[in-house]
Amino acid sequence: MLLSEGDLQAIVLTLELASITTAILLVLGTPIAWWLARTKSWWKGPLGAVVALPLVLPPSVLGFYLLLTMGPHGPVGQFTQWLGLGTLPFTFWGLVVGSVFYSLPFMVQPVQNAFESIGDRPLEAAATLRASPLDTFFSVVLPLALPGFITASILTFAHTVGEFGVVLMIGGNIPGETRVASVQIYDHVEALDYGQAHRLSAVMLVFSFLVLLALYAWRPNPKKV
Amino acid sequence: MQPSRLFSALSILMFSVSAHAAEVSVAVAANFTGPMEKIAPAFETATGHKLKIAYGTVGKFYAQVKNGAPFEVLVSADDETPKRLEKDGLALPETRFTYAIGKLMLWSATPGLVDDQGQVLKRGDFKRLAVANPKTAAYGSAAVAVMKNLGVLETLTPRLVTGENITQAYQFAATGNAELGFVALSQIYKDGKYSTGSYWAVPIELYPQIRQDAVILAKGKDNPAADALMAYLKSDAARKVIRAHGYEL
Repeated sequence: MLLSEGDLQAIVLTLELASITTAILLVLGTPIAWWLARTKSWWKGPLGAVVALPLVLPPSVLGFYLLLTMGPHGPVGQFTQWLGLGTLPFTFWGLVVGSVFYSLPFMVQPVQNAFESIGDRPLEAAATLRASPLDTFFSVVLPLALPGFITASILTFAHTVGEFGVVLMIGGNIPGETRVASVQIYDHVEALDYGQAHRLSAVMLVFSFLVLLALYAWRPNPKKV
Repeated sequence: MQPSRLFSALSILMFSVSAHAAEVSVAVAANFTGPMEKIAPAFETATGHKLKIAYGTVGKFYAQVKNGAPFEVLVSADDETPKRLEKDGLALPETRFTYAIGKLMLWSATPGLVDDQGQVLKRGDFKRLAVANPKTAAYGSAAVAVMKNLGVLETLTPRLVTGENITQAYQFAATGNAELGFVALSQIYKDGKYSTGSYWAVPIELYPQIRQDAVILAKGKDNPAADALMAYLKSDAARKVIRAHGYEL
């Protein structure tokens, strides 16, 4: 067997984390992207900057603040305890929350670009045909922005798979719960188990290449758009 | 050798090398950061040499040294890694010595949670217990040995949260994300005082001794500053700092 049981578990966990994060960000990111694409408000600048922050911040900063705010004495931690959910660090759902922040720009920015490139005319045309805003969104905007959504989803998924620093800070390295592939590789290297580190790393390398290959090969000729 | 003679021998050594101030690149185990930050300036003043210090986990340093990292001295958190580097021909065996012996503590940031017999481990009235990674950190494998010896390892395993190293285990406990954790005495004992919270000094019979060794690496051969640093780590001044940070000697 090429991979150990622990490695397989880590891979499955990583894929679960990336899928759930992508799904949540599709729901959360789309309205943010829409607002950013359409607004003339003064707040566009500050909110756009906040969305882009995880691109710039070291994951250790994000992980550190998440650990403090989601911990038992932090505001988020107090809230989750009040809800009877306990605290989020060292849990799978804690990682999901961290990943949603961490991958936010990878969802919002491509979708926002897609929305912006649609322009006003299709929306005005739909409005003259008496389509409701919601109808317009689903029957005009979504199909036109679909390439943006696909790009954003693949990037979000891939970026979450590649997450390491945040997981290291808030994960606690629990098998089947928070020990994702990147942490597992780090563990193998730290434990001087280079054979296992190589195998799992090779799997990650091939996987990442295939994902990006799919992204670039799929992307239709941009000149036609 | 008498301490006074040792001291004069050291002074002569230091005097002789200080004539040629050199620079030495040192990899220091994360758990020794506190004392090293005090030792480093004192060493530089006493000898005129310069230190370039990198703090980190020992497993990472091992991988880096194997792949040509420019470190000249390793101040390790264990005795395994220096020995392994000797076998690989990357460290000078005759220079290795134990500069500190680590002491394991069970600690909680909450006062009253940890009793002075460690009964809390058997009561188990907590959700999470932080430990350093037992696969990679001496303090982590020591913590596992304690739980095994107390017969609580199996019941506690689902509640363990593992820090990359002892620093992170402490951080999990200090932020309250884990109610308690196995930490190093050096982390909760500074200048003769314990930090707030509650603790149990784990009896040394319950875990294998945590010997922290230092060794000169192959790249530090013939660097007078590397020899001087090793000598300084053995000096009374350094030993005093090391003890004050909660290490045995």
